[in-house]
Amino acid sequence: MNSLIFLALAILMFITMVALAVATVISKDLIKSAILLAGVSLIASFLFVLMRAPDVAMAEASIGSALTAMIMVYAIGRTRRFEEGGEEK
Amino acid sequence: MMERSTIQRSLPALAISILIAGTLFLAFVEIGFGENKVDSEDAVANRYIANGTTETGSSNLVTSVVVNYRGFDTLGEVTVLFLAATGVGAMINLLPEDGKKRSKGPKPSLIMTQGGMLAIPVIALFGTYVFLHGHLSPGGGFQGGVIIATAFLLYLIAKPDAKTSHRTLSLSESLAGLSFIGIGLIGLAVSGIFLDNVIEGFGVLGELVSGGLLPLIYIAIGIKVGSEMSGLVEKMRGDAS
Repeated sequence: MNSLIFLALAILMFITMVALAVATVISKDLIKSAILLAGVSLIASFLFVLMRAPDVAMAEASIGSALTAMIMVYAIGRTRRFEEGGEEK
Repeated sequence: MMERSTIQRSLPALAISILIAGTLFLAFVEIGFGENKVDSEDAVANRYIANGTTETGSSNLVTSVVVNYRGFDTLGEVTVLFLAATGVGAMINLLPEDGKKRSKGPKPSLIMTQGGMLAIPVIALFGTYVFLHGHLSPGGGFQGGVIIATAFLLYLIAKPDAKTSHRTLSLSESLAGLSFIGIGLIGLAVSGIFLDNVIEGFGVLGELVSGGLLPLIYIAIGIKVGSEMSGLVEKMRGDAS
């Protein structure tokens, strides 16, 4: 019973992760893309915990969803925010 | 004319690619990918699982592999991180003067500033806990270091005009890196093995003061990674305009 709940949770997370990854590619707003990519990393770290690798999960959560996203946001701040075809303000 | 020069330039690149691919193929063709190596009798993983805690004095097997059995690889990993941070710093220094300045965004709200100031000490304390207890519980120098760097990042978000001392960051990073190599040299001097855990039997397994030199190495890695990643974030932020 317990493992069934874990399996359902893992499948739900996989689906969310793929959806977030697709949204990252589709989005024309680059800052939105960076945030969505951080979401992918966050769910990846949940999955690492489910797979009993807490060491990797900690590194993934802090590097993937905080530092990488922020470095990207800083980099976008020096260039343009919107991709071609996106809403230019 | 244009076409010809492109082909002339592509041919050496193609030759080098084929050479590298051939070498890699020759190197990897002997390895049986997908073979079950863990279940075999003489697998190295079994030795780690059976003797890891007694040989290294660390109750976290990941730590015993990362810092003790494969300590030299960890030194290489730390070097790679250092080179990456240095590369980013060099690249940003090459930018023209106006590229270095960050654009002024809206001021952070009261909730962001006050909430950040409440959360930062807790996050930094948790990061310190993670690398101090690296030999007992999940986590270690790398994880603790990046958690401390996220606290620093939150500080930069909450107080965008804050002055940060780049010199302090590079000083603590260099000192931590030097002490890592110094601990390795102690092993070389005492027993002739670089990064050897010379006071292995020190302390009781599972207590905070145990595992010989492992906690010391993880403290050095934690401080090094923390100040390195903080320095990276600080360089990316750029100078105040």
